[in-house]
Amino acid sequence: MARDGLNTDRASPRLEVKGVSKRFPGVLANDHVDFAVRAGEIHALLGENGAGKSTLVKIIYGVLQPDEGVIFWDGRPVSVADPRAARRLGIGMVFQHFSLFEAMTVLENIALGMDGGTDMRALAGRVSEVSQAYGLPLDPHREVHTLSVGERQRIEIVRCLLQNPKLLIMDEPTSVLTPQEVERLFETLRQLASEGCSILYISHKLHEIKALCHHATVLRGGRVVAECDPAVETATTMAELMIGHEVGTIARRAGGGGAVARLVVEGLDQRPKTVHGVALHNISFEVKGGEIFGIAGVAGNGQSELMLALSGERLVHHGEVIRVDGQPAGRLSAGARRRLGVCCVPEERNGHAAVPAMSLTENTVLSGHHRLNLLSSIFINSAAARRFAEKVIKAFDVRTPGTAASAGSLSGGNLQKFVVGREILQAPGVLVVSQPTWGVDAGAAATIHQALADLARDGAAIVVISQDLDELLAITDRLAVINVGVLSNALVTAAADVAEIGLLMGGVHGLDAHPAPRGAGAAHAS
Amino acid sequence: MRLRPALRFRIEPRRETSRPLLYVTPVVAVILTVLTGLVLFVFMGYAPGPALYHFFVSPLLTLYGLSELMVKAAPLIIIGVGLAMGFRANVWNIGAEGQLTCGAIAAGGVALALWGNEGIWVLPLMCAAGIAGGALYAAIPAFLKTRFDVNEILTSLMLTYVATLLLSTLVYGPWKDPAGFNFPQSRMFTDAAILPILLEGTRLHVGTMVALLIAVAGWVLITYTFIGFQIRVVGQAPAAARFAGFSRTGLIWLCLLISGGLAGLAGTFEIAGPIGQLVPAVSPGYGFTAIIVAFLGRLHPLGIILSGLVMALSYIGGENAQVEVGLPQAVTGVFQGLLLFFLLASDFVVRYRVRLAPAMAG
Repeated sequence: MARDGLNTDRASPRLEVKGVSKRFPGVLANDHVDFAVRAGEIHALLGENGAGKSTLVKIIYGVLQPDEGVIFWDGRPVSVADPRAARRLGIGMVFQHFSLFEAMTVLENIALGMDGGTDMRALAGRVSEVSQAYGLPLDPHREVHTLSVGERQRIEIVRCLLQNPKLLIMDEPTSVLTPQEVERLFETLRQLASEGCSILYISHKLHEIKALCHHATVLRGGRVVAECDPAVETATTMAELMIGHEVGTIARRAGGGGAVARLVVEGLDQRPKTVHGVALHNISFEVKGGEIFGIAGVAGNGQSELMLALSGERLVHHGEVIRVDGQPAGRLSAGARRRLGVCCVPEERNGHAAVPAMSLTENTVLSGHHRLNLLSSIFINSAAARRFAEKVIKAFDVRTPGTAASAGSLSGGNLQKFVVGREILQAPGVLVVSQPTWGVDAGAAATIHQALADLARDGAAIVVISQDLDELLAITDRLAVINVGVLSNALVTAAADVAEIGLLMGGVHGLDAHPAPRGAGAAHAS
Repeated sequence: MRLRPALRFRIEPRRETSRPLLYVTPVVAVILTVLTGLVLFVFMGYAPGPALYHFFVSPLLTLYGLSELMVKAAPLIIIGVGLAMGFRANVWNIGAEGQLTCGAIAAGGVALALWGNEGIWVLPLMCAAGIAGGALYAAIPAFLKTRFDVNEILTSLMLTYVATLLLSTLVYGPWKDPAGFNFPQSRMFTDAAILPILLEGTRLHVGTMVALLIAVAGWVLITYTFIGFQIRVVGQAPAAARFAGFSRTGLIWLCLLISGGLAGLAGTFEIAGPIGQLVPAVSPGYGFTAIIVAFLGRLHPLGIILSGLVMALSYIGGENAQVEVGLPQAVTGVFQGLLLFFLLASDFVVRYRVRLAPAMAG
């Protein structure tokens, strides 16, 4: 039966979307979208941020209702009233952000997501059955907070598979996985497809789509602009279809890095603040002026803790542990460090890097008042703040009605551009940025990468914390890997071996065929 | 163990909260309060028409009624503006009543110490002492909160009763008027310690104008200054405030000192205005009512002027209806409670929607 679904062109497709439109205030998110997924097909949905991919899959999964158009399921028109109805049809979805309860076991989490009554003992049996059949090792009785991100994703996948789906929707599934975990996931997906399950795969990682998918539908500005066979396209041609013009490459000077270390971290040890936090162990690195230093690693291995320690949101025990241009900064507050020239972009944009309900002008004051002249005596100089906000909007092509728009009204990618731009244009001596291109489209990512490169060329020391290894390989001079709060030795990026980095990222968990021993989980949580 | 899906009420935040609607809710709350009052009066056996008339309308028909409205609104506005500052920063000072009392004690102490003195500096000195008294009393919860992370709601509320007892101790004991026939009250203050009257024949004192100025100053502070910006950020997004390097500790101190100081000033105006001496109860619960005033005014200093007037009407209307139709005094409290309830309820409906949904849906 393998692959039989793939070639039965005569039969009705498993899923067909015809003329689907969805309008939100001020934007047409989907504009008469047509596409079809056949049985057993791995179908890629490609597009920049804001191209309408998420809206489209939300319509298919019943989260949103289309304004126009019809969805056909096995040739019959259906209306998907809500996710329950979608699951009854046989549609499963693995979201980019998991909805799991940290303090509950794998089994309890799965039970919570099931429609209908649940017999826990029978469920435990089925979970082991499914996880063995698809190479998704899971211990049903482990508590979720002891699991790696890859293992958590397995819970979500198993939860879907228990419902015997005929269509599985995966939204950016690899963004948090190590290269080895990605390979394992692909095997599972290929096996599912060979058994006739269709897969709708949403991603912006083009080489993955090339490796995995049978067919791709490209969305741009809410419309289908192309259909292609990823096997015959190159990553570049697909990127061009996606953004509608040629992709630029970053101009980088070779072997960046001057002689003077501008940021020095020496023996940073820190206990976690909460049970689910990560302890930092003896983290040491230095970044020279003109250098871009990357910190790779799977999410939740101490990146956010390191970020808070560097930005000054959490003080470290001795001032000398963190030195900026030779001055001890470990005991300085976030504001004082900004005055020393340390600007930061934390991972969470809404509520951390920006106040959602405040205007872009006010959000400029938030982190800009230390270094830009935005105050006159006790008053805020709104005109100056507005001018700077306008500068950021222009330089980073932030799509917004104006500086009075609230940060929360911007799409994720646009807010990202604003927040990163706001810090870069303050001309910091040291810039620490987490996930610089998270959620932005290829064009904007290139702009941000170029701006980082320019900033480094002007002599700044830059730390980029990212889960996107491709990004780090493309823009950094040196990189290190963080795992369970321990930072590896730094590698020169140009000479680094991806497999080796992948192994460092995997660390103690994620790679073994059996779930990691409890000891490792406990160390993780302590 | 068996989990069954069940139909349950589910409360979901609305995707878009309508801003205009948020400004309409206070009006809706007032209307609902009046309607409920109507039903209440009928059940209590009063003719609803006259009762409502004497509660809400007749106090507004005379110049004296209007001046009394301002006299009652002034402390509510002064305290409400201070509390709103804290509420915006998620600092929950519930003990303004106690800080008002302490302000009154401090200012009253000055007035009694300078009894008979004619200097024009007596009143300013009293105001300074009143502000300091209220601020110092609010410093206790501020210290406990910033040093030991003790919930300021509990400490500030409980300290209120301590302050009231302290005032009683003083007016029953050392500060009792020697010529007062053993009544628990201080001597009447001399002229230099009494706020000038603005309108002959009424009790409209200078403090009412100061209340309006404070509201305007509060508006400028919260809207245009860097301090106000920090207060707003820390309340809306604490993580963003840490990111920006704003001191949480500093802002907690500031908010409690401002709201405590303003409550103390309101207490000063009460004893130097309508009362003219220290008595065991210097306030009919202004410090608590001001919490309602702050929320009814949407935590906006200019909105608080309006809501302060509305709540003042509930005091005067209550007294008026007591005299004219014999309504019990408790009706005032009931009305204030109803108003807060309807305000919170209609806010909730604007921000959330309630759906009947299976509880287990993922």
